[in-house]
Amino acid sequence: MLLFGLLLTALTFSTFGASAAHADEINTDQYEYVLSGNVQFGGEPIEDVLISVEGSGYEAEVVTDAEGKWRIGVPEKATYTVTLDEDTLPDGVVVAKGGAEIQAEFGLTKVKSVNYFLGEGERTTVSFFDQFVNRFVNGLNFGLLLALAAIGMSLIFGTTGLSNFAHAEMITFGALATLTLSVTLGLPAWLAILCAIALSALLGYGLDATIWKPLRKKGVGLIPLMIVSIGLSLALRYTFQLFYGGGTSQLPGSGMTDLKFGPISLSPIDLASMGISIVVLLAVSFFLLRTRIGKATRAVSDNPSLASASGIDVDGVIRIVWIVGGSLAGLSGVLWAYFRPGVSWDMGFQILLLVFAATTLGGLGTAFGALVGSIIVGLFVELSTLWIPSDLKYVGALVVLILVLLLRPQGILGRKERIG
Amino acid sequence: MIDWGAIFSNAAVELISPTTAAYALAALGLAIHFGYTGLLNFGQAGFMALGAYGYAISTLSFGFPVWAAVLVGIGASVIFALILGIPTLRLRADYLAIVTIAAAEIVRLLFTTNSFEPITGSANGLSGYKGGFADLNPIPDGTYGFGPFEYNAYDWWLRIVAWTIVILACLFTWQIMRSPWGRVIKGIREDEDAVRALGKNVYFYKMQSLILGGVFGTVAGMIFVLPRAVVPSNYQTSLTFFIYAILLLGGAATILGPVIGSMIFWVLLSFFSGFIARAVEAGWIPFMTSIQAGQLRFILVGVAIMLIVIFRPQGIFGNKKELAFVK
Repeated sequence: MLLFGLLLTALTFSTFGASAAHADEINTDQYEYVLSGNVQFGGEPIEDVLISVEGSGYEAEVVTDAEGKWRIGVPEKATYTVTLDEDTLPDGVVVAKGGAEIQAEFGLTKVKSVNYFLGEGERTTVSFFDQFVNRFVNGLNFGLLLALAAIGMSLIFGTTGLSNFAHAEMITFGALATLTLSVTLGLPAWLAILCAIALSALLGYGLDATIWKPLRKKGVGLIPLMIVSIGLSLALRYTFQLFYGGGTSQLPGSGMTDLKFGPISLSPIDLASMGISIVVLLAVSFFLLRTRIGKATRAVSDNPSLASASGIDVDGVIRIVWIVGGSLAGLSGVLWAYFRPGVSWDMGFQILLLVFAATTLGGLGTAFGALVGSIIVGLFVELSTLWIPSDLKYVGALVVLILVLLLRPQGILGRKERIG
Repeated sequence: MIDWGAIFSNAAVELISPTTAAYALAALGLAIHFGYTGLLNFGQAGFMALGAYGYAISTLSFGFPVWAAVLVGIGASVIFALILGIPTLRLRADYLAIVTIAAAEIVRLLFTTNSFEPITGSANGLSGYKGGFADLNPIPDGTYGFGPFEYNAYDWWLRIVAWTIVILACLFTWQIMRSPWGRVIKGIREDEDAVRALGKNVYFYKMQSLILGGVFGTVAGMIFVLPRAVVPSNYQTSLTFFIYAILLLGGAATILGPVIGSMIFWVLLSFFSGFIARAVEAGWIPFMTSIQAGQLRFILVGVAIMLIVIFRPQGIFGNKKELAFVK
């Protein structure tokens, strides 16, 4: 609901001289390259607007001065994401066009000006109940996509005992593969997503075949395995950054306009995302409860030696679990890319702790516990923003994790014997 | 052409830099947790953040003298260790791992949020708290040293204090691990139930170990911010992982392992990134930009962690019999 008022550009300061001292600056002495801008609305400068820069492993923030100016020094001639914090704008002013997040790339000069189009806008006149309902649906959507990743992680934990930190990178991989297939290679979105999920399944299989299976055969303990997964996560994450850079890119169709259902506003992508999650989760449940392999998986989760003794091919089951886990993580990555929105090299790592929280909440190693835990975490993260600042929304979920461990350490659906 | 002299001297500087000392001390704290007691603490970054912020905030916001600011940081980390330990030390090891990693992130997010900007400085962090520490400096003004190790009075003062603390911490840990207390701690690592059967209160010993190692991490956090500013993004989970890399490199249940591990880690890292950056400039690696060269070293750390754990889990100095993770 934007009433476009005066569209306002900022001035360019490529010839900054002595007057630069007025602007609120950070790191401009230290680094050669400078991002700068001037935040104005209706010809009036706006003071105390928070501008943050992120990219290539560098982060900085400034607040605009009395003339609305800001300058940030950056270490490299790279692409940076410059974000204007809309909460720090005065009431009735919003970023009207182009969004509060701008990708800034240096041209021939060492100074790049970044400008925002501000407009009049009405913000948050929605009633508390409507907000609650809207956040609730968003939280459900988030919880469902977390559940896809969490079930995979939980199955892997159940069958192999591995707390897989590299699950974050399996999530990121799905989104990055979709990005490459759809944007770079020009495949239609649905085909790109299907191929990306197939590649994610292949990644899960590949990781098991090349790393985890040999280590299991070698008899490496669970804690060293966990540390190996941490090393793997670090190496993969920065390999992604090496190839894809530090910026954020959008998947096709991510900017669709919201549809209104009473107080709830959802984009067609959100609806599709929830639909896909529910169908896939039902399929996974059917697989676990009704098929022979699913039953074998649960048997291995319960007791690998007994399962092996009763003729179950434990290695085969673990291979299937890695393939299923990989494809679920890949799908969850694609949905997370639409939910955020955007694809970036560390997007999986951003939700890794929430996925851990979800699996622990539900009970480590119980697939349906992971589902319940994910939905609780998703709802909690979104609903908590009604009361606490949105940059603290993950804190709430993590505090709940610690409280649950205090009160019911085996998790919601876990059995007491598991915590030993 | 490549300036080998600059690469080597930049790498040599890391040998005694305060950052190396800080990482060594944090890794020693982790050695107490992980190497000696078998506690999987993945929240060392949180302890370091509490030290850094505890010191900076009590200096800047409350004008505390140096000794009081240090005590505030240590007090905060003791409370943090109690909060972490009470729910999790009775549970299986991986629960402690997940809770500590979550708690360290909570600490970082609380320091990053805009809500407490006047006190924490939000994402910009804090600076300007070094006055009290600099005033204690007995070294007269001037530049001292030779070759690459040439510093002014403040930098020497910082290095002397940092390494004195590291040496004292090493001696203390060495003595305490030889004492009856240390034997119980190592017993807990080997077989918790056997120690319990001997009538020891395992829970309290674990808690003491968590607090002691956490305090080491906190003091390391203070050393870490004395040559730089306090910035919340420094305390991400990767910091803990780097300290684990150092600990595993040197040897988890050793005194000198963390110290030598930290030196090797930083010298190699500096050498490697200096070399790659200059090789890219010189056009030796045409397919890579200088930004990508910076990321390569993180990939290397990750691969190094995997290889060490798989092929030499006891590290450089460790004894295979003293492994926290045989089970």
